[in-house]
Amino acid sequence: MFGLPRGSGAAMTETAPEILLAAEKVSITLGEVEVLQGASASLSKGEIVTIVGPNGAGKTTLVRLLLGLLKPDQGTVARKPGLSIGYMPQKLNVDPAMPMTVGRFLSLGVPTKLAGRGRRHQVLEEVGAADLMQSPLQGISGGELQRVMLARALLREPDVLVLDEPVQGVDITGQAELYRLIRNIRDARGVGVLMVSHDLHVVMAETDRVICLNRHVCCEGHPEAVSRHPEFVQLFGDQVASAIALYPHHHDHSHDAHGNVVTQDHTHDH
Amino acid sequence: MIIDDFLIRALLAGLGVSIAAAPLGAFVVWRRMAYFGGALSHTALLGVALGFLAGVHPAFGVAVVTAVAALLLSGFKSRHLGTDTMLGIIAHGALAAGLIAISMLEGVRVDLFAFLFGDILSVGATDVAMIWIGAITVLAALIYFWRPLLAVTVHSELAHVEGVNVRRVETIFVLLLALVVALAIQVVGVLLVASMLIVPAAAARELSKTPEQMAVLAAVAGWLAVGAGLAASMWFDWPAGPAIVASSVALYICARSVAVRA
Repeated sequence: MFGLPRGSGAAMTETAPEILLAAEKVSITLGEVEVLQGASASLSKGEIVTIVGPNGAGKTTLVRLLLGLLKPDQGTVARKPGLSIGYMPQKLNVDPAMPMTVGRFLSLGVPTKLAGRGRRHQVLEEVGAADLMQSPLQGISGGELQRVMLARALLREPDVLVLDEPVQGVDITGQAELYRLIRNIRDARGVGVLMVSHDLHVVMAETDRVICLNRHVCCEGHPEAVSRHPEFVQLFGDQVASAIALYPHHHDHSHDAHGNVVTQDHTHDH
Repeated sequence: MIIDDFLIRALLAGLGVSIAAAPLGAFVVWRRMAYFGGALSHTALLGVALGFLAGVHPAFGVAVVTAVAALLLSGFKSRHLGTDTMLGIIAHGALAAGLIAISMLEGVRVDLFAFLFGDILSVGATDVAMIWIGAITVLAALIYFWRPLLAVTVHSELAHVEGVNVRRVETIFVLLLALVVALAIQVVGVLLVASMLIVPAAAARELSKTPEQMAVLAAVAGWLAVGAGLAASMWFDWPAGPAIVASSVALYICARSVAVRA
């Protein structure tokens, strides 16, 4: 059931990674459209995998299959038994008729005994939104809402984070910050992270493996290798692809919270 | 002033219905199902007719028919037609079928006016007991399923991933709604049932910061409306059901003006 990730030039570790989620040659037709045709994807412990692809490529559908929200017409989906999933959906529209604070929203995802004030405060702090506990959910900004949804996912002590377009409605600086936060969470907690994105530029630097999807898996592997793949170039156009290919060379270091240069090879834990 | 027995029974019946209807009504408001509640009430006449045919208490027939209708309404989806149209087809179809069925029952005369607008002043001790048993059942189920129901209402797929059995929770919700509609028809009648669900909840929204506050305040608003409505009915000789609904609307207006000023 668990196929090993077929990486083209992916940096694989020596020991076989523990696979948490896997879809094997899944096909599904929704309405009259065959949204996925024999697509495969997997996620291992401690890994950040990003699914990229144009609109209508079936990214969200693949995620919904992996989560068990949809059943494939063909192919198999497997989840590690007892897996705890923290999920961040693409959209959250809480009806304005429902009064809801951030703190109350967080506690909806776990049994009451696990949603104590202390734990909720802790996860809000982890995502950098500690001061929002009492705020009405409908009154916070898009970026804050994404962080709050991430906090709700973390409250479940997840083994896997599944994030559908996690930086939606966030400005470009905020996007980079949010991706960095997600990577820091991975580093600190050792969770597997599966993301969906169509903004390739920012996400590339924070990803271990990219799956380029357009109904089927076009190519897959290390971000830099994928961005040079002919199918990827065809899908996203020459300019986008070359901009991304150059990206790692411009940014071979990053800055920590104090502005000190940190090389990419040494991942920094906070 | 002497308060008659029938007024005390009416008060008990009204309080019983609204302590279940108002918190459940909060979910009706959040889930945008006001017309769902109204549509359910239209199927009740068929329940009255079938209750007579089966030789059971009409309220029992109503509860069964509204429950079946609730399951049908929540299951029926059309690829081409909107939910409002589907609700209209089922609700008015059932109302027409109910009227035809009643006309065919020999020796049975149904007071249509009481049925449409409620007849709270004529409830007997048995009715009051039935209402309270029903109301406490609904309230207990609502408290037991509170967190999963709230999670499904906020985002059903997120709730599913978090381990909530979404279909079960939604089915329980519509069944509770059917039961409350069956109870409330005796108090305010078919045409005003939806108002007992949504108006107190709407008034409570203006003053609440959490869903729990809104549910509790809705129950308080419902009780105030029942008390004020029955008082008005007694003093001004108004029809009781409409007086209760008018009081709850007045409460909503008060709550709004308080919230705007605050």
